[in-house]
Amino acid sequence: MSGVLESPANLHRRRTMARAFRTACMLLAWLCLVLLVVLLIHATYEGLPWLDLQFLREFPSRFPERAGIKSALYGSLWLISLTAGFSIPVGVAAAIYLEEYARRSRIHSLIEVSIANLAGVPSIVYGILGLTLFVRWLALGRSVVAGALTMSLLILPVIIIASREALRAVPDSIRQAASALGATQWQTIRHHVLPSALSGILTGTILALSRAIGETAPLIMIGALTYVAFVPAGPMDAFTALPIQIFNWVSRPQQEFHQLAAAGIMVLLTVLLLMNAAAVIIRHRSQRNRL
Amino acid sequence: MTQLQLDLQLRRRRTRRWQEEAIKGLLFLCALLSIVVTVAIIAVLARESFTFFRSVPVWDFLFGTRWTPLLEPRSFGVLPLLSGTLMIVFGSALIGIPIGLASAIYLSEYASSRVRGIVKPILEVLAGIPTVVYGYFALTFITPLLRVVAPETNIFNAASASIVVGIMVLPMVASLCDDALRAVPDSLRQGAYAVGATQMEVATRVVVPAALSGVMASFVLALSRAVGETMAVTIAAGATPKLTLNPLESIQTMTAFIVNVSLGDTPTGTVEYQTIFAVGALLFCITLVANIAGYRIMRRFREVYE
Repeated sequence: MSGVLESPANLHRRRTMARAFRTACMLLAWLCLVLLVVLLIHATYEGLPWLDLQFLREFPSRFPERAGIKSALYGSLWLISLTAGFSIPVGVAAAIYLEEYARRSRIHSLIEVSIANLAGVPSIVYGILGLTLFVRWLALGRSVVAGALTMSLLILPVIIIASREALRAVPDSIRQAASALGATQWQTIRHHVLPSALSGILTGTILALSRAIGETAPLIMIGALTYVAFVPAGPMDAFTALPIQIFNWVSRPQQEFHQLAAAGIMVLLTVLLLMNAAAVIIRHRSQRNRL
Repeated sequence: MTQLQLDLQLRRRRTRRWQEEAIKGLLFLCALLSIVVTVAIIAVLARESFTFFRSVPVWDFLFGTRWTPLLEPRSFGVLPLLSGTLMIVFGSALIGIPIGLASAIYLSEYASSRVRGIVKPILEVLAGIPTVVYGYFALTFITPLLRVVAPETNIFNAASASIVVGIMVLPMVASLCDDALRAVPDSLRQGAYAVGATQMEVATRVVVPAALSGVMASFVLALSRAVGETMAVTIAAGATPKLTLNPLESIQTMTAFIVNVSLGDTPTGTVEYQTIFAVGALLFCITLVANIAGYRIMRRFREVYE
């Protein structure tokens, strides 16, 4: 029998290993929190002294003590509103078609493959596309609308995927009940399916837009300017955006500009935090209503 | 019902049917847009690259070891950019994959639902931080740290960029691996415990192998993300394309090169300008192959549990 039984020493070793492994996994998982906290503290420590009302109200300047992010803030606002206007209707419409209408067909699977592929294309490639398509061919120049169109293409797959998930979560019984009462397919979707999926669609859309607000590379590609001392008055105006301004400050050698970048990062992260909070609240509300 | 009423009803039904078809058509067009975008990306990259390859032989581009498109004598060998990108990919894998996998194992095998409720949102926040912020973090925090350890470190270096790109892909690895590990049925774990395995043995010899397809796929997709990552490497890794294996030196990646060209004012239609399309096409191909491979692995080697 003794050949089968494990020696106490071996058992002890295995148990110690198991404990060590558990601790290592735990530490590495909590390391993520540490990284996040370090990042936030570092940015706050560097940026907080520069963050005041004047910083929000001034235009960029060669002199760090006079520089602000007014044009970047307005530019980002313009950019995100236009992007939302372009991408949400199209994305939700595409999701509705794919979930509610599409039959298995060649074109259908081609669309599926395209969406999966587009979701993995690096953002800078979208920048190259936007530069050629919108800035040059459509001659929109380095305008807000060119930036918004580029961003729309970039977040379209995200919106489609999130909306499809929300639509899929709507129980079929709702559709069947509506058509049993004589509603056409569009009436069913318009009055019953969409309202039930709305919170899910909204949550996904807000998260997609919060990705767009932080994207930098495509905007640099289409030539969003780094020095803009005015607020865009219309969609055809040149613009700058928060991440562009931050990039501009980071890439200067002087310490003061790095601190300005940190202050800009605090503003950007605050905007992102507000958007994420909105998404969480919407998700929470809809879950409560369902109960 | 009078004839008139019947007529009206029929007409209304007809317009409604017409409306239904119109709406369906419109929705279809929106769905079709994703194919149009894919085709547009390929067409734009192919067209400009084609003109580029008329003045620069493909062979010289793919296997040349000197990349000086903006300086005389000009040379268009993409290998230095490719090696820069691969260095970032390798370095970020070194950081992102072990930490990501360990976090996933902790989340799925050890953590209580309360801890999951804390760690998962943290990962989501990490994933949502813009890349320009990571670039700032690399340049102003990690690089000074590295210079304390190794004073010969350049201000712009591959190591600090790799570290932040690793942090950036970590949430993706963790959440995809977590999904894969949690899909492994509990009966497998219980079977292993029944024959006397410790928790670690269950995790490393039963659960991870059972979820291997998802785990591998998450690695491949994370690497593909690292290839396309732009801002952090532009800010922190530098702008000196060179073939080197020293991570403490300044390098340049494919993405950073594209950004740098578009920051300057290179006139449209010149060979210099077309290089961004050639490099972009190469970047697109690499990420495309990696993504397809990732999804294939996920589907092909998926263990099917009843």
